[in-house]
Amino acid sequence: MKINVFYDRENKEKTIELANNSSVKDLLAKMKINPVTVIVSKHDNIIPEDEKLKDKDNIRLISVISGG
Amino acid sequence: MNCCKNFPIIVLSGNEKLCKKHFIEYFENKVLKTIRQFDLIGKKENLGIAISGGKDSLTLLYILNKLSKQNQKIKLTAILIDEGIKGYRPNTIKTAKKFCSKNKIKLNIYSYEKEFGMPLDKMLKVLDVKPCTLCGIFRRYLLNKKSKELNFTKLATGHNLDDECQSILMNQFKNNIRLSARLGPKAGIKENKGMVQRIKPLYLCSEKEVTTYAFINKLLDNLTECPYVSESYRAQVRDILNDFEAKFTGTKNSIANSFLQILPDLKIRFKDDDEVSYCKKCKEPAAKDICNACKFVEKLKS
Repeated sequence: MKINVFYDRENKEKTIELANNSSVKDLLAKMKINPVTVIVSKHDNIIPEDEKLKDKDNIRLISVISGG
Repeated sequence: MNCCKNFPIIVLSGNEKLCKKHFIEYFENKVLKTIRQFDLIGKKENLGIAISGGKDSLTLLYILNKLSKQNQKIKLTAILIDEGIKGYRPNTIKTAKKFCSKNKIKLNIYSYEKEFGMPLDKMLKVLDVKPCTLCGIFRRYLLNKKSKELNFTKLATGHNLDDECQSILMNQFKNNIRLSARLGPKAGIKENKGMVQRIKPLYLCSEKEVTTYAFINKLLDNLTECPYVSESYRAQVRDILNDFEAKFTGTKNSIANSFLQILPDLKIRFKDDDEVSYCKKCKEPAAKDICNACKFVEKLKS
């Protein structure tokens, strides 16, 4: 399945291919992003790491790192 | 609190899953518990809140504003330092102004340019010093000076669990244990009339929890990162700590909680280090005859 991901820290959108039945955790692993450093939202709602994703889901990754 | 099978948004380090409503409750209770446990805010205060327009300080201001509405004797004023960092600070100032105006909170802004003669970006072209070192010295100086002028009884900052753990590790790695004695939910070693007491109500809230709370309450207007942060030693410690937290959940809580157990001993051990004298030039607290801020101002002039 294909997931559309917008990562605010990089300010760009990517399409990530994952095996069916993959979770948020799998998505972050594929993108090599530490789950501690982001919150994940779908349709403006935060979703936990064990949530399963569906084909063509639109996901936003919000960095939790302080601005300085 | 282990709630709602419906729509969990976060898994806490103890593997508890919380929905949006219960997360808000959990987070606000945690902040209030921190305030009570460490006696951070009294029944009557003229509180200054140091804000940047970022998620931590706006979350802090949002929660303390709720608290002050319940207790009319707690007066709040926000204070923001404009260092003069192009492409970063103007955006956060805009966010801070918008938030304060919406919530009817008085906001005072002080700039390096007006107070020290030039913005940070320009200072860094003149001086051979690390950005965070210079910025930190001037920011702490101004915050303390202006807090006294504004008669604040305390100054609250948005430091969170991650910030504190990074500082603890940095001091450990650099053999700066005497600096660790100044950490904790109430900063400093002992009360000093030249220093406004700084407090950290978000002390036990992780950066991820703060961001989650800020997201839910629409306080994440601004996500720009300071351009100088990636150069810092702190940023490298932050990354190590986050890698460790991902592998061993609860690491940050353990660092802070074990530190809190030895902190009273550290404060006793280093209490003589905290004998403050005053700068001969500006009369602000200083470790030596002239404070670091005045030393840098002199260098900028020469």
